Amino acid sequence: MTPLTILNNQPGGVPPKAKDRVFDRKGKKPELYYRDQLFELEEKGELIIHRIGEEQDAVEIETKYGRKKKVPRNMTWHHKSCGQCGHIPGYSTAIFWLLRELGYTYHDPRDQTSCTAWNYYASATSNPAAQAAVALRNFAQAYEDGFYPIIHCGTSYGHYKEVREELIHHPKLRDQTKRVMDKLGKPMVFPEEVVHYSEWVHVMRDAIAERQTLDFKDITVTVHPACHYHKLVVEDAVYDKELYDGQRTAVVSALVKALGANLADYSTWHDCCGFGFRHILVSRDFSRSFATIRKIERMKEEANPDVTLTHDTGCVTTLDKSQFAAKAHGRNVGIPVMSDAQFAALAMGAHPYKICQLHWHGVDMRPLMEKMGIDHETAWAEFEEVAAKVKSGEIEYMSWEDC
Amino acid sequence: MDAIYADSQFQDVPYEEKKKLFDQVAGDMRYESMLYGCYECGICTAACPSARFYDFSPRVFAQVMAREDVHTFYELLNESVWDCSQCFSCLRCPRQNNPGGIITIMREVAVNNGLQSAKDALQAYSRIIYKIMSTGTQVAPDMLQPDFFPDWGPDVVQVSKNLDVWRRAIPPETMHTTELAWDVSEKTRMELYLIWKLTGNLEMIEQIDEGLFMILEEVMEELLEEHGYDIDDIDSVIDD
Ligand code: SF4
Ligand code: SF4
Repeated sequence: MTPLTILNNQPGGVPPKAKDRVFDRKGKKPELYYRDQLFELEEKGELIIHRIGEEQDAVEIETKYGRKKKVPRNMTWHHKSCGQCGHIPGYSTAIFWLLRELGYTYHDPRDQTSCTAWNYYASATSNPAAQAAVALRNFAQAYEDGFYPIIHCGTSYGHYKEVREELIHHPKLRDQTKRVMDKLGKPMVFPEEVVHYSEWVHVMRDAIAERQTLDFKDITVTVHPACHYHKLVVEDAVYDKELYDGQRTAVVSALVKALGANLADYSTWHDCCGFGFRHILVSRDFSRSFATIRKIERMKEEANPDVTLTHDTGCVTTLDKSQFAAKAHGRNVGIPVMSDAQFAALAMGAHPYKICQLHWHGVDMRPLMEKMGIDHETAWAEFEEVAAKVKSGEIEYMSWEDC
Repeated sequence: MDAIYADSQFQDVPYEEKKKLFDQVAGDMRYESMLYGCYECGICTAACPSARFYDFSPRVFAQVMAREDVHTFYELLNESVWDCSQCFSCLRCPRQNNPGGIITIMREVAVNNGLQSAKDALQAYSRIIYKIMSTGTQVAPDMLQPDFFPDWGPDVVQVSKNLDVWRRAIPPETMHTTELAWDVSEKTRMELYLIWKLTGNLEMIEQIDEGLFMILEEVMEELLEEHGYDIDDIDSVIDD
């Protein structure tokens, strides 16, 4: 039978094997570039651009269309995530721990709100002016505090990029936001790059690997790229030709490789986790079904990983918490879920309970910890010892020094 | 009504009312960058998580809006608009459409007009809206209650039993909280309340849940007064 002719520029029409395929970014870069547009607005006096300065000790990396993006390493203002801080506290704690261990200065502000996008994507009880004002209030605060904003939540990161697009294209929205900011007595500031913390972890991956104390060569990892990181305003997301031929965002996956673990692929990597905003709270049957049937079971069948990593709040929650009910129904589940930051911190010897706070996660982490060489029984006893001191009033809080 | 709509729902709603809401969606400033025509290729639907579990299709949203089919628009507005997961997988569209974004606008129009279907969809949602608007953070540790998340397993029971101690056994100081995800300063909350008033966001809540609106207004009024603002003197900047 004559081979099928498949569009592949191959003489004879025989498609190359997957391993031989070359993916090149052939598409044209979009003509409009948000940085040029932001700086034009600054020239017109409409915005102040918060620049990444010398003190940020930035690294340049490549984004979706091959343009460069500066990622600051130092003097960062941490725009926290309500879901991470509220329900997965080891997520943000691991980020701060990595910063401290690697010797960087950061600011963990109280003068910060969340992006409030729950009222945008879940209930639609907000509007573009309110959302832009919330974003700019946070950015103005970072500017006034003298630190560069770095965003923990994938949704806040995606949403702020949407806000940037709307501000760039709609003078009326800029005018409305300006009037709000004037009333607050705050300047109209937008950062030159919207930076996600996983981009910081990405640029630090070799430094993290240098300080690695655990051997991950037997650990198989799948990665769930967060929708609001790489699908919502796509240009800013980080890509690397060396990783999946530049066809998939490089953050998280590149860390797995740098730490010597086995990066395993699965067919539904592009699917969302099933979070759905409204759904995770009031229609959880959908979230559970999607997370387990389309993601966890696929990973189990195709890669059987020891852990799955992701880089957003809702994804960790949905993929982790959905597994309990599915297990009760005899489904093929049982994969521990954590963030790239927690994984990196564990690699560097962070305490699994005091720092990574793994007791807040649903799926049993003990087999994974055993494979990583972590004595989880001793670690839990150490955590309980400090918790007992907190409970008795001997100490008010567990501090960094107690870790 | 045209013959093809003879069996459509909401026949009791006048065409003019449906058209008014359609125009509000199409007139939104975000809309012009969300729909450029549709190939009917279905790539968006193939990528869509909600399409796998509901009678739901982002392609239908794109086509109905492109055809200006106000009757089917009104059906979508009252039903499947709330099934979307807002994941934006549909941005894979080769036409560069954004069906998920169209849905965001449609939901806002449903809320702004106080549609009963929107009230029903958001019925169990009031405490979330309250938390966000009153504190500036949404996912609070004290939400982790076994009766709210019975399907999340025994770790929720453990967290809720040990909540106070476990929250204080986290090193970053801003996270020693149980009612908020982190400690938000009073000044920042006050600025947030000004934003809700100045952008007409508080009034949106009145359309959907009057009781919640009254509680929120009271909380905001108190803090704003402490900082020298009279809530009744703060006019929205977007009325024009
Ligand atoms: S944003 Fe909505 S319509 Fe688009 S893919 Fe996600 S669930 Fe489907
Ligand atoms: S992917 Fe785009 S062009 Fe194709 S059906 Fe969906 S909206 Fe239409």
